[in-house]
Amino acid sequence: MTTAATIHPLRLATPLALFFTLFFAIPLVLLLGVSLQTGEGGTLGLTQYARFFADGLGGRVLFRTLLIGLETTLGCLLLGYPLALMYRSAPGWGRSAITLVVLLPLLTSVVVRTFAWIVILGRQGLINTTLQSMGWIDTPLRLLYTEGGLIVALTQVQLPLMFLPLAGTLARIPPNLEDASAALGAGAWRTFVRVTLPLSVPGALAGCTLTFAAAVTAFITQSLVGGGQMLLMPSYIYQQAISLQNWPFAAAISMVFLAAVLAVLALIAALGRLARGAAHV
Amino acid sequence: MSDRSAAADRLSFRLTTGTLAVLALLLLAVPTLIVVIVSFTSGLSLRFPPPGLSLRWYESLANSWQLQFAARNSLQVGLLATALAVLLGVPAALAIGTGAGSRIGRALDQFFLSPLILPGLAFGLASLIFFSAIGLNVSIMTLVIGHTVVCVPYVIRNTVAALAQLDPAQIDSSLSLGASRLTTFRRVTLPSIGSGIMSGAFICFMASFDNIPVSLFLRDAATDMLPVRMWQDLEGRLDVTVAAASSALILFTVVLAGLMERFLGLSRRLQ
Repeated sequence: MTTAATIHPLRLATPLALFFTLFFAIPLVLLLGVSLQTGEGGTLGLTQYARFFADGLGGRVLFRTLLIGLETTLGCLLLGYPLALMYRSAPGWGRSAITLVVLLPLLTSVVVRTFAWIVILGRQGLINTTLQSMGWIDTPLRLLYTEGGLIVALTQVQLPLMFLPLAGTLARIPPNLEDASAALGAGAWRTFVRVTLPLSVPGALAGCTLTFAAAVTAFITQSLVGGGQMLLMPSYIYQQAISLQNWPFAAAISMVFLAAVLAVLALIAALGRLARGAAHV
Repeated sequence: MSDRSAAADRLSFRLTTGTLAVLALLLLAVPTLIVVIVSFTSGLSLRFPPPGLSLRWYESLANSWQLQFAARNSLQVGLLATALAVLLGVPAALAIGTGAGSRIGRALDQFFLSPLILPGLAFGLASLIFFSAIGLNVSIMTLVIGHTVVCVPYVIRNTVAALAQLDPAQIDSSLSLGASRLTTFRRVTLPSIGSGIMSGAFICFMASFDNIPVSLFLRDAATDMLPVRMWQDLEGRLDVTVAAASSALILFTVVLAGLMERFLGLSRRLQ
């Protein structure tokens, strides 16, 4: 019998594999190579990395970037999960409406979405003018260029990435499992924690991975809402590579960033395995 | 649990998740509306609510050759990158989708999807270093190559998802009835995965059109890209013209997404 596997052999992937090797893998190897340049003759070494960690600045920037990524991911989970639950129990028209509200921002340019937050958080923005007209504050609050403002904006920008895999996973959980839990006397909260939540771990993990990866590297939102005072890894790379033309140092920052992001993603995956293991006990 | 406490339990659960869900919906919808409203301001600043309404910033947009030039470049790069991504990505997805069981298939799948989770800026810098090492100046072509790498995952993901829905028995019957592989692909496979490919291509185009990390490094004054141009306008002086450009982009997105939803049922494919 001929199966689908024989009709589309793996060699159909060759052109893209070659393209990726040439324009994706080799550039990344080159990036590693450049990060090992010491700047003295043609010798190779770890000077750029030593410089990154030496004065504590690099470490602080890295830590802050990862922390903002995690806080954004938690924010997305906190809002995205209930939205996915609502989507699951909504009637047809409700689902279409939620899909529309989620998809349009996802497809709209990140610059546009970030721009909205400048208008909302600015000195003459929505929040400040509202609070002032109510007489609650006299002078405008500083909301733009703060870490809190940045996390709210990043949460909004990345929320669709959390919602989509979660809604997909929740839709595949058979509702009779939850009915059984309720029939056996578990309350709504208990059923959620013991049945729904564990079964939705794969979707939550996929959402967390995408959200975290997007939030830490969201250069535009970070630079426009976080402001020039808040140095994060992407702006650090950009500053060194473009403004100062120091490619070896920028390459070293990029490699550290890359390794750190992959490490956090591996950690998220490991936590997920742990959670799934616990769910079976 | 007594009936009353069970009811209270259910109510508190519904109230908590319901409130958060409504908050999420508001958070998603309101910013877009605010951009549209502020683009009609008659004032010189991003004050909200606007002091009055006018079309002055749309006039300013119509006269902004820089934004229009950048938009044309972004459109060109987006279309070329999407074409290349479909040309390379669909055959790769066919290989992966049908060979998913094999180790090589899975490894290729991870390789091709990895641009989705790698920090884009690191890849942008890597590309710049690569192109300068082989002596290629930044141009529309280098932008198309870089964008293709980061956008091809969307084509692959959607095509593989569509392939998973395809019944292998259909292919078997086509082949056993004497159709060649090419005919089978053209007459059986393609019609059923066509809309998956189209959705992938659409998202790929939007991702390219919106790309910043790669464009930041592979662009220069002669190949200015729209999101980078808008970012620089905002960094420098909070130009209100960007509000008009943003509204125009929102309209562009709504129309395109509406068409895709109408013909492909896009929203069903994204999960």
